[in-house]
Parts: sequence; structure tokens; C-alpha cells
Amino acid sequence: MDKIVCTCGNVNPAGTLLCESCGRPLNKETADKKLVDMRYEGSARRSQTYNKTIIDKVWNFFSSVKVGVWLIVIILVAASIGTILPQVFYVPATTEEDIAAYYERIYGTFGTLYYKLGLSDLYSSWWFQGLIGMLGISLIIASLDRVIPLYKSLKKQKTKRHTSFLKLQRLYGIGNIENGEESIRKAEEKLKTMRYNVKREGNALLAERGRFSRWGPYINHLGLILFLFGVMLRALPGFYVDETMWLREGETLYIPKTDGYFLESKEFIYETYSKEESEEVFGDAIDRVGTIAKNYQSNVALYKGPEGAVAGHLDDLTFEKEAAIQVNKPLKFDNFSVFQMDFRLDELASMTFQLQDKLTAESFGEFTINLADPEPVYELQNGSKVEILDYYADFTGFEDGVPQSKSPLPNNPAFLVKMYTPEFPKGETSFVMIKETLEPLGENVHKIAFQSVETRDVSGLTIRKDLTLPILMLGGLIFMIGVAQGSYWNHRRIWIQRLEDGQVVIAAHTNKNWLSIIRDMDAVSEVANLPKYEDQQDEDSKENKEEGV
Amino acid sequence: MAQSKKQRFYIRTAILAVLTIAIVFTIYSNLTKEKSAVLQEGDKAPDFALVDLEGNQHRLSDYKGEGVFLNFWGTWCKPCATEMPAMDNQYNVYKDQGVQTLAINIGESDLKVNSFKNSYGLSFPIAIDQNKSVMQSYNIEPLPTTFLINPDGRIEKIIKGQMTEQDIADFMEQIKPS
Repeated sequence: MDKIVCTCGNVNPAGTLLCESCGRPLNKETADKKLVDMRYEGSARRSQTYNKTIIDKVWNFFSSVKVGVWLIVIILVAASIGTILPQVFYVPATTEEDIAAYYERIYGTFGTLYYKLGLSDLYSSWWFQGLIGMLGISLIIASLDRVIPLYKSLKKQKTKRHTSFLKLQRLYGIGNIENGEESIRKAEEKLKTMRYNVKREGNALLAERGRFSRWGPYINHLGLILFLFGVMLRALPGFYVDETMWLREGETLYIPKTDGYFLESKEFIYETYSKEESEEVFGDAIDRVGTIAKNYQSNVALYKGPEGAVAGHLDDLTFEKEAAIQVNKPLKFDNFSVFQMDFRLDELASMTFQLQDKLTAESFGEFTINLADPEPVYELQNGSKVEILDYYADFTGFEDGVPQSKSPLPNNPAFLVKMYTPEFPKGETSFVMIKETLEPLGENVHKIAFQSVETRDVSGLTIRKDLTLPILMLGGLIFMIGVAQGSYWNHRRIWIQRLEDGQVVIAAHTNKNWLSIIRDMDAVSEVANLPKYEDQQDEDSKENKEEGV
Repeated sequence: MAQSKKQRFYIRTAILAVLTIAIVFTIYSNLTKEKSAVLQEGDKAPDFALVDLEGNQHRLSDYKGEGVFLNFWGTWCKPCATEMPAMDNQYNVYKDQGVQTLAINIGESDLKVNSFKNSYGLSFPIAIDQNKSVMQSYNIEPLPTTFLINPDGRIEKIIKGQMTEQDIADFMEQIKPS
């Protein structure tokens, strides 16, 4: 492929349609058209001109707008398929088998197919991410291939254009004007007051405004690319964390994925609106549904382990701060946010018992068992004591005479105890459950009588960290700037030239909003004597209509 | 002319290469994210320090040069209980051959863990992970999970679920210092 040398002497890259300098059509096809395609200023989009090595072929594939549009369509269709059934993330199952079973049970054969095809985890699939990646490549290459030639040709454009170029513009007029030079001078002044950028070269004038709106689409692509880059960063460790934890009142636990931070729950608060305080707003609703939540709050203390400490037994935690975590008011530290997400009320925390004589109900003293950490022995008055031999937090019954507990949560606590009184220094054995007592080693004289129970609440917290948010926001902002730039401004150009034979030519082009540029020209025509111009495309459409029917 | 064509080829190749690498890397790390968050065989075992029921401190890094048979368990977990006596037998066989056994209970009470230990007559050290930080750093799920840590401090194998006595013996043999 060779460069094209225009009659005016300018050397244009191969594939150029209109001379970058004077605007002459450079091939017959372009010259024969009634109007010229000004979208890329007739510049050579390189992708369309070279097609040699495999690299060029790949490059050209991604440079094509058609390919880009198809990618968008395919992504749209694929993404919408992912919304037909809930994604794995929302399914209440963790193992592969459970998930498969869930889809089959709830959605039948279609569910199984959906799961088998991997559509249940579509957005994390390699091919979906691959499509997004290809769209990203397409955005970058298509933009590069267009913005560079466009920039060059707009920068190179001459004030004086060849008449063949002017003739091919949509708005065009030519005519004999007396005192042409005077008219052009008046037009120049008027155009300047209309905030046009006016250049003169001999008998030629070029008035231009809003060229920067041509960069709008590329700025907006830049924003999109930045956005995709931000999303990409989430894959890197340390940029994005989304974890959950359950924290009981009084408990101190390690905060998952943090660098040695621990959280203690002081209190969980759940408040509802009372009818008196908000009769007006919630009165009807309270009557209808019973309670309306007013506040979910976890009062916590944040601690940090010693620098460089290892996991495990950490005694020397340093207090960092206290905080009240409410919905949408997270605890913040070190780029992490801890949100109030969930709660469980009234988990058993401690139980108070009394050692009694079964017959007389005479008390030997009271003791309280902390269900999270029972003590081996509770000393009572006058040398009486209760020894806890074993503890079953979530008692489910006996298996071969052995008490069973199905979890470490105190859902149904039971105790194997030995009761010592002055009367029975060797002790009596009893198995204490809620509302029931067994005496496995024979009839006892004493019993453990249940007195009261204390409960505690559990906070469900979400731990979030997202360092990509500023990048995503910047990407979005740049995108919007690009959209505004391309939509609210337009690139208008008006060429006026006095030819050697004394005729004056006027031509104009805008990338959008033709009505406004015609108004601008009308305003100039009022002060300067200019030839009549017309919209050559309108004429076309008129002709077409006449020929048509 | 030839110069600029060559230049164009290199620029295009470079841009395409950078973009392809970025995308392949992203997809790869997204696909392996679930797995890489969890420890894998061959990884360095995260260090921790816990105090056992007898009050002795066990710090993993102190056992460098020895194999560590690290078992995570809970008293309510039946398969955990089932494998405990077998573990105890093998602990007694291998403790003098440079294989340390350490059972980490997930945040239960001292009383419960003690009564469990006594009822099974267990002799290997048992420590309780009160704040669940060791459990978090080893991503324990489900119970029991056993980590074989070789004398170099790397994870030799991760066993999820119950083991037979023969399994336990083989595993301890596997991490015995040579």
C-alpha cells in the first residue's frame, strides 16, 4: 500500500478518502458521491487499510464497530440468561451435591440443565469474563484506531479547502457576490461574536466551534475502560473483601481477612416503634403487622493484636475504639467497614439453679452457670457444692446410654452434676435438663431446681473492603463527562471562500444539530452578503419522495 | 515505510499482548479465587500459638524440623470423636519419632473439652481456639479437618473428614522427619 499524494501536494496515508489538507476527494468513488461522509473526516482508519499479518487481522477484528456491537448483544443476552434462575450465590446450600439437588428440587429438569450448563454461576464463568474482556479490547482498539487519525486530520485541516470538498458538504451554496471580500470580512466579525474560532487564509475563511465535542465518544470509552480496569482489580488479593461473622454479646472474635483485628460485642440493641411515639406514621402499620423495627444496633469494641502476632492465644490485644454499628452506619477501620446485617435474639447465655432438698424445698444456695464457659465446681453455703461433670450444650437424647449434643450452641443445655451436701459428702449424681431431671444412679434426696435464665443476642455482621470504588467512581465520572461532551456540544464548521472568478462559495458541516448551524448561517447572512445555500440532503430526500411513489 | 510498518507491528503486538495477559490473569485469578483463599497442599502452614489444657504453649514454628499432625475438632462432631482414640494410639507410637500431634478445639468451653478428654483418656495435647483466629487462618470447614505439616513447615496434605487408624499411621509416617 502506498501513500496517496494529493494534487495539492499533501501526502496522505493509504486509505485516506479526503485529502487531510485541502479536502479533495482522493478516489473516484468518493468524488462521485453526492455528499461526503464526514464521520472520520475521510481519514484512513488504519484497520480498514492494512490486513497482512495475523496480528493485523486480530487487530482489525477488534477494531470493527460491528464486532463491538455484536459483543455487546451477546453479553446482554448471556447476562439476561443468568437472571432466569437464582445464581449459586443466593442458593442456601454449600456443597456441590446440595446445590445440584437444590436446583433439581426447586426447578425440576430445567433447573438441573441450568446447573449442568454452568448457567447457575454464569457471571463468574471463564467465558462470560472472556466476553467482557473482549469487549474491553474492542473498546480500546476501536478507539485508538479512530481517535488518532481523526485528531491528525482535524489538526492538519487547512482553512482553504478545495471546491470539490466544499461541493460535497450537506450545506452548500455558490453565487456571484459583489464586493465578496467585504462580505467575508463582515461574516468574519459576525462569526467571532458568535464565539466561532475564525481563521483566514487569503480568500478563504474557516469558522469552527466545539471541536472538542468530537472527543466525547473517546473520553466516554476511556471512562468505561477505567471502570473495567477497576472491576479487574477485584480479582487481586487485598482489593476486595466481603465476609460475614456472627458475634455474641460478650464474645471477642477475630475479624476474618483483617490484619489482626478483633471485635468484641458489648450489646446488641433491637428497638421497635411504640404506638404512642409514632401513632401518626406507623399507627396503622403497627396494628396490621404488630411490630416495626426502629433500630438494629451492635455496640462493639475493636481491638488489634500485637504487630506481627500469630493467630491463636492472644492476651495482649490493644483497645482501638468503641463504636455503635447501626444499619448503614458501619464501623470503619483500615479500609474495612463492618456493617450491621443480621441478628438472632435471646440465645441462652446463663442459667441459675438452686440446690434444694426435694421434699422440704430447703435451699442450699444458688449458682449461675455461664453456658459458654461453665465452671467445674460451684461452691455453695455450709460446705455444699455442685460439681459439673459434663455439659451438653445442644442435648438431643441418649445413644447407648450416652448423652448426645448436636452442636456447641446452647440451644438445649443439659448437665451431668454431682451434688454434695453435709448430709451426703460422697455426692449424689443427677442429670439436669430443661424441665426434667434424671437420676441415673438411684433416687436422690436433693435436686437442682431451675430458677431463671439469662439470654444474649447475636449480631450478624458483614465485613467489607473495596479499594476499587474510587476507580469505579472516577471511571463513571469520566464516562459521564464524555457523554455530556458529545451530546451537549457539537462541532460546527463554516467555510467561506471567494473563488478566482469572483464567485463566493459557502459550505458548512456539523456532526449533529443541523438546524442550529443553519440558524448560525442565517444570522451571518443577515449582516454579510452571502450566496444562497441549501441543505443538499433535504433535496435528495425530496427527489427520492417524488421518484418513489 | 518498512520502518513504520515494523513499528506498527510491534506496537500492535505489544498492546494486544498486554491486554490478553491482563484478561487471562483476571479470569484465572477469579476462577481460582475460591481455592486460593483456602490453604492448599504445598503452602506454608500459617503460624499460630495456642495454650493447651495443661498450660503448655504450642507455637507451630517451634516444631520446625518435626512433622505436625494438626487436627481440628469439636466435641459435638461424631466423626471427630470416633477417630480420637486411634489418633491417641498413633500419637504414642510417633511422638518419639519426631511427629507432634496437636488437636485444636473450635471455641468450646474448658469444662466440656476437659470432660471429653478424660472420658476418652486422651494423652495428646489439646488446645482451644477461643477467638477462632486459628480456625479462620486455616479456613476450617467441615470438622474434622486434619493438616499434615512436614518438617519444612509446609502443608503436606489436607484431610477432610474421618480417618481410620491405618490412615492416621500412614499419614504420620508420611511427615516423619527423615
